[in-house]
Amino acid sequence: MRAILLYILLLLMAKMVDARNITVHQQSAIRTIRQALALAKDGDTIRVTAGVYREKGLVIKKSIVLTGINYPVIDGEYRYEVIAVRADAVTIEGMKVINSGISSMDDFAGIKIYNSSHVIIRNNVLSNTFFGIYSQLGNNCVIENNQLTSFSKNEQQSGNGIHCWKSDSMQITNNRISGHRDGIYFEFVTHSIISRNIAEKNLRYGLHFMFSSNDSYLNNQFRNNGAGVAVMFSHHVTMLNNLFTQSWGDAAYGILLKEISDSRIESNQFVENTVAIFLEGANRIKVQKNRFQSNGWAMKIQASCMDITVIGNNFLSNTFDVGTNGSLVLNTFSQNYWDKYEGYDLDKNNRGDIPYRPVSMYAVIVERNPTAMILFRSFMTSLFDKTEKLIPSLTPENLKDASPLMKPLKL
Amino acid sequence: MKYVIIDILRNKIVLAYTIFLLLLSFMLFGLEDNTTKGLLGLLNILLIIVPMICIVFSTIYIYNSAEFIELLVSQPLTRSRIWLSLFAGMAFSLSLAFLIGAGIPLLIFVPDITGITMLFTGLLLSIIFIAIALLASVKTRDKAKGIGVAILLWLYFSLLFDGIVLFLLFQFADYPMEKPMILISTLNPIDLGRILILLKMDIAALLGYTGAVFQQFFGTLWGQATSFIILLLWTLIPLWISVRRFNHKDL
Repeated sequence: MRAILLYILLLLMAKMVDARNITVHQQSAIRTIRQALALAKDGDTIRVTAGVYREKGLVIKKSIVLTGINYPVIDGEYRYEVIAVRADAVTIEGMKVINSGISSMDDFAGIKIYNSSHVIIRNNVLSNTFFGIYSQLGNNCVIENNQLTSFSKNEQQSGNGIHCWKSDSMQITNNRISGHRDGIYFEFVTHSIISRNIAEKNLRYGLHFMFSSNDSYLNNQFRNNGAGVAVMFSHHVTMLNNLFTQSWGDAAYGILLKEISDSRIESNQFVENTVAIFLEGANRIKVQKNRFQSNGWAMKIQASCMDITVIGNNFLSNTFDVGTNGSLVLNTFSQNYWDKYEGYDLDKNNRGDIPYRPVSMYAVIVERNPTAMILFRSFMTSLFDKTEKLIPSLTPENLKDASPLMKPLKL
Repeated sequence: MKYVIIDILRNKIVLAYTIFLLLLSFMLFGLEDNTTKGLLGLLNILLIIVPMICIVFSTIYIYNSAEFIELLVSQPLTRSRIWLSLFAGMAFSLSLAFLIGAGIPLLIFVPDITGITMLFTGLLLSIIFIAIALLASVKTRDKAKGIGVAILLWLYFSLLFDGIVLFLLFQFADYPMEKPMILISTLNPIDLGRILILLKMDIAALLGYTGAVFQQFFGTLWGQATSFIILLLWTLIPLWISVRRFNHKDL
């Protein structure tokens, strides 16, 4: 038994000794990464020293580690896909990838993973790429600590920062993405975690989910993106501790939820969005412990939603707390703090004794007739809201918080 | 005209109005941590209180100085000159009150295009409602009735008009009402002023499609010039009618 173990150990060591280091230097024999790749075997490390490399499209077909020293620049000259990964267990780190090709036929990317697993892409800088990091049929890949910057002008001429298609068990951590079409784009991606990323100033969405289930996104910041974050046609999505801010503009949302079910939205902060959460066709969603501050609408819940529970959130200085388009309400609101609540608490249990109706009359009017928005901030509309509070008539009867909190929660 | 200005400036009510505006606007900007909130508070004052004070004060002032006007008419002065100097005096002093009361805080806290738009709208609204007050007081001889008419007019412009607009919007809900709304909004100086200011603030995004249509019109130089001219017309037309009336009035 011991002999066998020793043998295995020896074999492993032999394997480790076998792994070579190949250094690419512009003044040495191995001048290009392409040459190094041709020489390399599985398990080798290619060390690339600083300099500008015009490789006309690198394809990695071996399980190697590609390490940049002092951020060597790999230039795609606006024509090529800069690095393509077509092997499992490839690591790419410390590279600066610039100027990928732009095409409306192919999805050129700075770094693209084709049908591979256990690929690690970390500590890279991508600048002015069409798509940044693209995973097509990848699984168990790690994308972390990358910086992706692009300078897109319009949606047609731009790609997504981190784009995953038909992938599984991806880990996307601590990346900064700006100036792309969508910051992070998921389509048919399952069991993945997106955490601690910062997506800002992207043209369309900071994060875009399509048909992606059993995913979580945690501790991310989405700031100043064209239309906020969109999560569509998915189920079992967990959204925790994120910050959604400054999605400010016509048709901009903190989160847009469309056809989502069985998901959790917890402990997030929504600050200064036109609509913090927009729900359409959403089922069984828990909205808990979030802070909604200074939004145009904190929530817009369409009548097509069912079993949405909104419990223990803080609603602070929003123009409208809740908007809805019908009188049918199949959702629950309870124990939230609403800064517009004017009730009293006689038994001192920190719960208001009369229910709070978060839908104001003017919100109902605007939902029925959007042109009426032009009377926004006029004397009459505030008068309407006051009378409706005393004698509710137009607002949905069931949409109320029966036990609103008297003091804001500490979130 | 000089006497009117001096007389009004010495008036305790104008002084109180100035101090009230000043205190209120400093309070609004001081209490709220972001200036947008303060601006919105000030917007409410500007759209409700400023027109009310202007119209009521001017009407009362005209009735109170009826004897003084009679005296002036006996002097070698044309009637339109007397009437216009009354208007100019009131417009000057109430604008000054507004400038000091709301203009200084505005320029201190929001010295950008929003603040300036607000200042201009406030000034124009003051002058417009003085002109309307002149029209109201020249038409009715009885003081109580005149003040009643002035208050009714204020109520109409700040409340009833919006009610009618809302009614129209629901009646014609099946039609695209965005463009007609631009026309309708010019029929009420308060609405026009409110929209002009809202479009300058970042809450304009809340206005949705209608807001975009308005922005397309009022955002251009031509649109802004038009709205400015319309606000001026709101001053000139009531003033012109009241001058004609006053010229033929049996005092």
